[in-house]
Amino acid sequence: MTRKLALTSAVFTGAAACMIAFAAPAAAADVSACLITKTDTNPFFVKMREGAEAKAKELGIGLKSYAGKVDGDNETQVAAIETCIADGAKGILLTASSTSAIVPSVQKAREAGLLVIALDTPLEPIESADMTFATDNFLAGELIGKWAAASLGDKAADAKIAMLDLDVSQPSVDVLRDQGFLQGFGIDLGDPNKWGDETDPRIVGNDVTQGNEEGGRKAMENLLARDPEINVVYTINEPAAAGAYEALKAIGREKDVLIVSVDGGCPGVANVADGVIGATSQQYPLLMASKGIEAIAAWAKDGVKPQASEGKSFFDTGVALVTDKPVDGVESISVEDGRKLCWG
Amino acid sequence: MEPLLKARNLVKRYGRVTALDQCDFDLMPGEILAVIGDNGAGKSTLIKALSGAVIPDAGTMWLDGAPIEFSSPNDARAKGIETVYQTLAMSPALSIADNMFMGRELRRPGFMGNWLRKLDHKAMEDFARKKLSDLGLMTIQNINQPVETLSGGQRQGVAVARAAAFGSRVIILDEPTAALGVKESRRVLELILDVRSRGIPIILISHNMPHVFEVADRIHIHRLGRRLCVVDPKDYTMSDAVAFMTGAKEPPADVLAA
Amino acid sequence: MSNAENFEDVVKSRRDEKVAEFDLIEKNVFHRLHSLLHRTPALVPLIVLVVACVVFGLINANFWRISTLSLIFQQIGIVGILGIAQSLVVLTAGIDLSVGAMAVLTSVIMGQFTFRYGLPAEVAIAIGLAAGTMMGAINGVLVARMRIPPFIVTLGTWQVFLATNYIYSANETIRSQDIEANAPALQFWGTAFNFAGARVTLAVVLLIVLVAIMAYVLRHTAWGRHVYAVGDDPEAAELAGVPRKRVLIQAYALAGFFCGIAGWVMIGRFGSVSPSASTGILGNIQAITAVVIGGISLLGGRGTIVGMFLGALIVGVFEMGLRMAGADAQWTYLLIGVLIIAAVAIDQWIRKVSS
Repeated sequence: MTRKLALTSAVFTGAAACMIAFAAPAAAADVSACLITKTDTNPFFVKMREGAEAKAKELGIGLKSYAGKVDGDNETQVAAIETCIADGAKGILLTASSTSAIVPSVQKAREAGLLVIALDTPLEPIESADMTFATDNFLAGELIGKWAAASLGDKAADAKIAMLDLDVSQPSVDVLRDQGFLQGFGIDLGDPNKWGDETDPRIVGNDVTQGNEEGGRKAMENLLARDPEINVVYTINEPAAAGAYEALKAIGREKDVLIVSVDGGCPGVANVADGVIGATSQQYPLLMASKGIEAIAAWAKDGVKPQASEGKSFFDTGVALVTDKPVDGVESISVEDGRKLCWG
Repeated sequence: MEPLLKARNLVKRYGRVTALDQCDFDLMPGEILAVIGDNGAGKSTLIKALSGAVIPDAGTMWLDGAPIEFSSPNDARAKGIETVYQTLAMSPALSIADNMFMGRELRRPGFMGNWLRKLDHKAMEDFARKKLSDLGLMTIQNINQPVETLSGGQRQGVAVARAAAFGSRVIILDEPTAALGVKESRRVLELILDVRSRGIPIILISHNMPHVFEVADRIHIHRLGRRLCVVDPKDYTMSDAVAFMTGAKEPPADVLAA
Repeated sequence: MSNAENFEDVVKSRRDEKVAEFDLIEKNVFHRLHSLLHRTPALVPLIVLVVACVVFGLINANFWRISTLSLIFQQIGIVGILGIAQSLVVLTAGIDLSVGAMAVLTSVIMGQFTFRYGLPAEVAIAIGLAAGTMMGAINGVLVARMRIPPFIVTLGTWQVFLATNYIYSANETIRSQDIEANAPALQFWGTAFNFAGARVTLAVVLLIVLVAIMAYVLRHTAWGRHVYAVGDDPEAAELAGVPRKRVLIQAYALAGFFCGIAGWVMIGRFGSVSPSASTGILGNIQAITAVVIGGISLLGGRGTIVGMFLGALIVGVFEMGLRMAGADAQWTYLLIGVLIIAAVAIDQWIRKVSS
């Protein structure tokens, strides 16, 4: 009898302990949010997660992070949204891998009363999300385009340009940066919603890099095989730029080619300092994420949705041109300042 | 005359099934001993025990009067007992020479062999060619042709030649004619007699009574996990042997195993 | 015996007499081609390669420039070395999905051991190579001793190695400039020299040397023959006295070692140490593609390293040739897909032994 009693009480104590263990985090954060990124391997998203986690902790919000397996992995993101709805989250921060395919799932989440904020990558159409917190990627491209044209001066008229883009599927960020660069450089755009249809003879060609060193090197080699006299290289991001630099170095041309890029990651800014990259447009993923968490907190508290920046369809988290060779007419910050603000 | 290969009281159990039940075995020098028995009588377990592929639970084996214990087919091979498995154990895509020397390749002498581990292809090919022509198998023209391009009989021939080349003491042949046509079976039987004429004793496992009665010097009849009797094919008919083997008829007392 | 054989020959030739003469000749040519390919399966990729080079050369004269050809060799350097690793495993009738992940992880280990722990680069490289060998050995032990199918084992370790790579490196890229200044040994294989007017990297030389060494090992050593025997018919090999499990483990471990070398070569080629290199995810498929187009049978026991090398070259030539012809990159993938299926179809045909 005593034995049975002891057993029963032990079971009860155990059960109680379990309940407390489960209840504790729920009590601490009755507002929860989800962060869904394209991958969890890109330093950009790692930094984004850090920013979101720090802000969530500060505001006492429970944060769960999900990521696709590879860039372009829509299925995992759909599953993550479903999980968040089922989980009773108040809001979702999303960098979509497939900007249009994800829209029905986003719709479901919004119908379920969640605030969905697109980070970094706008959805298609952009109003599918409650708000977009992003870099103005077109502006980012435009800044480096203007800088490159101004740096070349008169030679810009007969420049030979290599365009190192992201992926053949042409995600919006890919198109915006590419077209922004061309506009800034002073090249007539074809359809501004896609890259590669320009007829300007100064463009040697477009090739895709997957946004890493490996792809950057190969794409650069391929374009150099088409025209070895390339002297301006636009790159989708800094790892691709580093790869392109290696390809140029292999044929001894690294000194007389201008490489421009977008991102502002710490290795990228260091590469600007070392002269690998001429100039880069820096964006602020940490800010996007922390602003996003703040917005979800406000939504949970008062049901207030965030507002777009003036004159834009999204909330602009800012962009700055980082270079140590400033030119007239293009605002820029020094490498020193860029270093302080860099991510990754 | 002392048996070359002798076994006493071999026992092998698989769970509740007793495959070998106090089994005895004797192989005399220079003879062809056929082992026959119904399916499931345990003859393949016996053969595997003799060739090192199965480790018996109890019992003793002697080779040349010295007790032996095998833990793998390689041990048996090291003692000069070679087995030609029913599946032949050859790599179809590799050449005849490669197959003959598989697992015991010859290396070049000197630096190339000792330091670069280079194989002596020429020596191996010459040896293989010699062994095949010794056994009258030189209808095979190219020693480097893959084994899969050979006919069934030719493959069997290569396998027997491999066993004969390295089997200094005993050669075990497991159903060598089972997969062959009439003509090719004839060739293999001739080959078996040929090998015996070189003084190497042969254990022949076969279901084919005419073949057994044609070449065997003695017939070991296996029944219910043990040796039922050993008969001389000259004294008994095939139907007698089948009757003993299936239990339809009792063998006479003088041939019954102890 | 010889009489009997002759008898059969007579029967055969009589049967043939009924066939039209033209048919007979055609059959003969076909049969000869069959036995030729049976003996040297690497002929198929060689023919494809030569035809592709001629066609692309006609489309664009620049294709035949020595600098273009040197570039193709540089571009297939990593895939080629991963292909050697893959060949070893495929010859044993296995498959290794983890080759790319092992390569990226070893490159990260080499980089991080140098920069995080301050070891001399040479020591870090040795550790990286040892780690690659160990990862391969893990695959081998799981396949040989635990008897888990290679596809499953390496599907698992692929994810494990890749995740380890991301976690351990914290996704941090080590920059080319830092490596150049502090640990140039890591970039050793990226060193370029002039050859016949074109710049060639040491990685290209390394690839050719490794292909030659492995061709020798597989053809002229007992171990090499055992690899083929194990892949051809594992039971037969074991009965013939080949230590099957040991050979398997050694083959996988050696594959891991080659992946380690590939990781080192990657640093030389990209300059930087990048945990997010595409090779981690695509390396296995690229290596398998080279192996299959090169005429190595996925069923094991057939094919040569030289064939794999030609297979890797074909992929490189198609990519470069189509790009120079201005075709959409997708055409490359389409054509390579066709090549893969054709290669396997030919392999099946070669295997059919006319009796």
